[in-house]
Amino acid sequence: MLTTQFLLLGAVLFCIGVYGVLARKNAVMVLMSIELILNSVNINLLAFSVRHGSVDGNTFALYVIAIAAAEVGVGLAMVLLIYRNRRTIALDDLSEMKG
Amino acid sequence: MIAADLLVAQNVGFGIISLLMIIGAVRVVTVSNVVHAALWLVIVLSGAAAQYLLLSAEFVAITQVLVYVGAVMVLFLFGTMLTRARIGAESDLNNKNWFLGIPVALLMLGVMSYVIVDGFGSERLIDNSGDMQPIPVQLISDDIFGPYLLPFWALSFVLLVAVIGAIVLARKD
Repeated sequence: MLTTQFLLLGAVLFCIGVYGVLARKNAVMVLMSIELILNSVNINLLAFSVRHGSVDGNTFALYVIAIAAAEVGVGLAMVLLIYRNRRTIALDDLSEMKG
Repeated sequence: MIAADLLVAQNVGFGIISLLMIIGAVRVVTVSNVVHAALWLVIVLSGAAAQYLLLSAEFVAITQVLVYVGAVMVLFLFGTMLTRARIGAESDLNNKNWFLGIPVALLMLGVMSYVIVDGFGSERLIDNSGDMQPIPVQLISDDIFGPYLLPFWALSFVLLVAVIGAIVLARKD
């Protein structure tokens, strides 16, 4: 197996996730795209872990998974709050903080 | 020569799994039904767990299945059900400027691919003859509770704050 193939897979997933974050309007869909990005980072971390023969990559992949779980929990709580106050979760409509 | 050298079982598995993952990821960002997108995301996350197994990281693969496929997907489906009056295809899931995302993503992919291929080329991750030993969980725990103890503490505080914050945000009063 080559190092490049895992890194390229991570790059492709990362870019698809970036497209999702930019293109989607629904807040839940944006959160799903962020999950894609975090997963591509994990693939890179584990590939480098094997490349360097060290377990540090595994440790950091576990930390990333924990952070992602916390992020989804808080993000969905915010989405529910926004939905309760405004009856919509379209990110275009949230313009109070625009200068 | 090199192509025949690379055609081993791990590479065939890698190809099939990564094809499934890329198709699933594209469907996640293009499909017009939130529940379907969540189910496509399950394929991507399970495929990522299989890739971790190929990289001999068994503990991370199991954690991925438990946390992502088990917990995060349930949260997503809950979020979808609670914020949506009807389940079905929707027409306005995308921004009005959604097409601007395509050149941005393609440009980023081009730059990253160039850098990766330029930097690593055809470097072997492992040689084909050597079988990878799975990483013992003991080593990971020695790592977490040894040199990386401080981030672990910080992480537990982050999780605590996230739980409290989620309760405070979602509480109805």
